[in-house]
Amino acid sequence: MNKLEVKNISKSFGDNHVLNDISIELNRGELVCLLGVSGGGKTTLFNIISGLLTPDKGQVLLDGNNITNQPGHISYMLQKDLLLPYRTIEDNAALPLLLKGVKKKEARMQVSPMFRQFGLEGTQKKYPAQLSGGMRQRAALLRTYMFSKDVALLDEPFSALDTITKSSMHKWYLNVMEKIQLSTLFITHDIDEAILISDRIYLLSGSPGEITGEIVIKEPKPRREDFNLTEEFLEYKRKILSLL
Amino acid sequence: MSEFPLLLENSVITLQEAFIGLLLGVSVGFCVAVLMDTFNALYKAFYPLLIITQTIPSVAIAPLLVLWFGYEMTPKIVLIVISTFFPVTVGLLDGFRSADKDAIGLLRSMGASRIQVFRYIKFPSALPQLFSGLRIAAAYSVVGAVISEWLGGFGGLGVYMTRVKKAFAFDKMFAVIFLISAISLALMALVGFAEKKCMPYRNTNEKEKKV
Repeated sequence: MNKLEVKNISKSFGDNHVLNDISIELNRGELVCLLGVSGGGKTTLFNIISGLLTPDKGQVLLDGNNITNQPGHISYMLQKDLLLPYRTIEDNAALPLLLKGVKKKEARMQVSPMFRQFGLEGTQKKYPAQLSGGMRQRAALLRTYMFSKDVALLDEPFSALDTITKSSMHKWYLNVMEKIQLSTLFITHDIDEAILISDRIYLLSGSPGEITGEIVIKEPKPRREDFNLTEEFLEYKRKILSLL
Repeated sequence: MSEFPLLLENSVITLQEAFIGLLLGVSVGFCVAVLMDTFNALYKAFYPLLIITQTIPSVAIAPLLVLWFGYEMTPKIVLIVISTFFPVTVGLLDGFRSADKDAIGLLRSMGASRIQVFRYIKFPSALPQLFSGLRIAAAYSVVGAVISEWLGGFGGLGVYMTRVKKAFAFDKMFAVIFLISAISLALMALVGFAEKKCMPYRNTNEKEKKV
């Protein structure tokens, strides 16, 4: 069954037609990329899925339940980590629980076992400014996870990181995802990143945003070390470039 | 030096006024800022008015306040409240508005209420500005107390000042001026101390690179 289903979403701001009839499916444990140019309405789509914006047409379904225009079901993570600088990493990660009314002590207890899984041991009592960009993104992801345990929306989460950190974050992310059974919808404009990590890729054209193609990456996971140097990888890349 | 007990007695009165005035001023400033931030209509309606209250010279309204409220503590405290709430309100309003819009969006997507957004994002991001405002307010509060005492009262450093002035005792005059400066500095240091306590994350300068 589909974990998350976006059905025929359309959205305009005044005369500006941003999204046109977008339909997306996300299966359990799957990583699906939404690949498209910047300014193609990807972020608008995420705001609709997370319930902050009302679509003109269409529905968002989570486990078959209609959650259109209801914030509080699915959270997202952006390129900016948005960790609160005045709270420790532990309290930042526990924030979604605190918002739900869980007591501080109890919230910390629930978060603490996850630090190991996310490769964040020893950072509990640190402030965000004391961590590097990669670690901060991990902490931001942990916070997203504490909010909704099974679906994550990621909006270009690694695009501010340098190439080397980025590729280690990809490995880390796939590894964590597998451990915690996370389904991910991932926005990116980086074609290589999309091919490297996704199970499926939706191609999104700009103004108005429409789905112009869907590509399934058949390469099994975990991916080979040199997958991005193979002929298959280039074949996928050619196909995507021709469709964009 | 012989007048030390007298000075002490008078500074206690002035300090009392300054403290009560500052406390009230900060509370009023805080409430006004929160209201004005919550309701945009209030912001538009009262912001100009707020600025006008600051263009009135305090020396000019002090006699009026004495006329209305008598020679006791009330007019002094009212004057201090008028001059101290402003830096607090303006600082907080700026701080609230400087809060990260994306962070607010993120919290809302997690189902946070307005109060929670205020508590977790708006208020903490306004803390640096609040403390800047508080420093100014602390200095104003002492000056405000002295000015209002000049114009009538039974005790306090201002009253003492007018007395020694009339006696042409300039040495004592200077002594009072130094004392007033010292009190202002002490109050500001107190604010600085509170600032460090409230924002421990600002003291952590050492960065550790990981990954």
